[in-house]
Amino acid sequence: MKFGQPSTLPRWAQLTILPALNIFAALLVTGLVTWLIGENPLECLKLLIHGAFGYGEGIGYTLFYTTDFIFTGLAVAAAFHAGLFNIGGEGQAYLAGLGITLTVFAFDKVLPFWVLMPLCLIAAMAFGAAWAYIPAWLQAKRGSHIVVTTIMFNFISYSLMLYLIGHQLIEPGSQNPTTREFGQNAWMPAMQDILAGIGIHIPNTPLNGSFFLALIACVAFYLVVWHSRWGYELRTVGTNEHAARYAGMNVTKIIVLAMCASGALAGLSAVNELLGSTHRMNVLFTNGIGFVGVAVALMGRNHPVGIFLSALLFGALTQGGLDLSFAKPMITREMVLLIEGLVILFCGGLENLFEPILAMFFKRGK
Amino acid sequence: MKIELKRVSLAVAAAMMASSAFAAFAPAVVYDQAGKFDKSFNEAAYKGAEQFKKETGVAYRDAQISSDAQKEQVLRDMARKNMDPIVAVGFSYTQAVETVAKEFPKTRFVIIDSVAKGPNVKSILFKEQEGSFLVGMAAAMKSKTNTVGFIGGMDVPLIRAFACGYVQGVKYVNKDDKVIQNMTGTTPSAFNDPARGTELAKSQFDRGVDVVFAAAGGTGLGVLQSAKAAGKYSIGVDSNQNYLHPGSVLTSMVKRVDIAVHNTFMDAKNNTWKPGIEVLGLKENGIDWALDANNRPLITPDMEKRIKTARAAIISGKIKVVDYRANNSCPVQ
Repeated sequence: MKFGQPSTLPRWAQLTILPALNIFAALLVTGLVTWLIGENPLECLKLLIHGAFGYGEGIGYTLFYTTDFIFTGLAVAAAFHAGLFNIGGEGQAYLAGLGITLTVFAFDKVLPFWVLMPLCLIAAMAFGAAWAYIPAWLQAKRGSHIVVTTIMFNFISYSLMLYLIGHQLIEPGSQNPTTREFGQNAWMPAMQDILAGIGIHIPNTPLNGSFFLALIACVAFYLVVWHSRWGYELRTVGTNEHAARYAGMNVTKIIVLAMCASGALAGLSAVNELLGSTHRMNVLFTNGIGFVGVAVALMGRNHPVGIFLSALLFGALTQGGLDLSFAKPMITREMVLLIEGLVILFCGGLENLFEPILAMFFKRGK
Repeated sequence: MKIELKRVSLAVAAAMMASSAFAAFAPAVVYDQAGKFDKSFNEAAYKGAEQFKKETGVAYRDAQISSDAQKEQVLRDMARKNMDPIVAVGFSYTQAVETVAKEFPKTRFVIIDSVAKGPNVKSILFKEQEGSFLVGMAAAMKSKTNTVGFIGGMDVPLIRAFACGYVQGVKYVNKDDKVIQNMTGTTPSAFNDPARGTELAKSQFDRGVDVVFAAAGGTGLGVLQSAKAAGKYSIGVDSNQNYLHPGSVLTSMVKRVDIAVHNTFMDAKNNTWKPGIEVLGLKENGIDWALDANNRPLITPDMEKRIKTARAAIISGKIKVVDYRANNSCPVQ
């Protein structure tokens, strides 16, 4: 079954009941496993939800991870609308980190925040886009399959970046493969500082201004994909490349542009990580967010609202799962990974598990 | 949110008072991304903590994380639970320890394999180069082809320090010997890829290597296995791995992370814990080469004598082993 194939279900049911059923099924299986290892599933679920949403710091971390996943989710969706499967978000975000770091190193002693920050954003997007450009060009011109090339480019980025961080950008005298700390004028304002400005006090978390950037990206994504000429072309190529070519669209250009937009969006997650949280570049700071983005986009049906919600779900699982593993030594991080895996399995791989049943139910209702 | 915060801080204050009243000793270990059971570095820390528990009956807590952002979280969580001291395993914790140690000035923190600043932080480093030097000597003396190999895990300065010490040891015995070096990979999974270790070892054997040193965590198990299969010699790392393939594992470069964790818990318990930097080398028994019944037949009396002499000379300072990390460069290749 191909993604995007018309379903007999009404759209609202597709977007609400189906994902809810899928998540419920995933939780049910998780509960079973939890019960098998001798923990109380309901108590664990309560701890997980409390860890993610129950207190200020938990919420901050949840939204911090959500920010990452929104960017990488939108990145995957952008390519998806053109019929491309970009699994290279990881490498594109990693390279965007390089763009940010080089920009900061060049200018953080001379430029003020208001000039430096936009420059960093542009650098992140440009480096992310550039890393996506090569597989895009290979796909459009030579027919090299994008899934293969993007995933290979992830590995190239690991090697390249490890060399650069470990041998070139490493802080002099440091034993750790990490760069020096960025100047404070390159720091994305932390949420606690932003809100303190208007009199609201929240606990310190890595949540930062990038969250607003992610929300803006969601809106912009919606406007561009569904309310612009270019978005129309993008979706046409994605639905039927031959028809698009016949209609006189420049398919090559659209494929390349879609991938570059995808890479640029993935690159913005590096802004959240580096400028918002660590304030320096560590080896492998991306840590799989590019891959989670694939699940987020699949689950969010490539729509910004869906992506926001599924990013929130994965953010909550990451944060709540960690809290759960702190509270229950029996629940290891591998268990948390299992929960995430089950959610992906039920929402991505088995997304059509409940659809026929549900469709029957709706038919009878009519 | 404000009320919530107040409640949390009240709870924290109450917990703090309770802890000062009853002052139960509760240490903790947090592992890095490689995980608690990595058959190598993290697992050694785990064993040290277990040993402490067995000896004293004092329970400890531990936790694993899976991303950079979680490092501060896990440390904070432990500190809030009044765990003390808190041992962070691995260099990647450096910044997180510095940040959280500032927030909890009364909690004692320990970081292994890196230096973190703070009046309540102890940094434990190892002189991996010294032990690597000794096993390098053993390799050079054992080699008939005058070509020995090195297989590292992830290409980071720490692993380069192993390589550099090893090469210095080889050249100390025979300055014309050739050392073929390979790093397994560029991600932390390079420390847990036995299949790739096997491949790298095989390709080194094809190029004339007859003794190979694996400083690569779990990847090393593949190297040791493939040396055994090819009838060559291998050298283990971190833990004493001589027993894995007796007759093939020439020796092991032992890094006593377990002792470091165990001792720091003990010191904290006995109130003799001090912050600052502690460097463990041959002299402090933090680093050593392994000689036991399993590899005794492989080490000739002459080899043993020369290695022991060199060991004493390093301790007394007569032989100076260069640390790659001092300038991020190695004087020999």
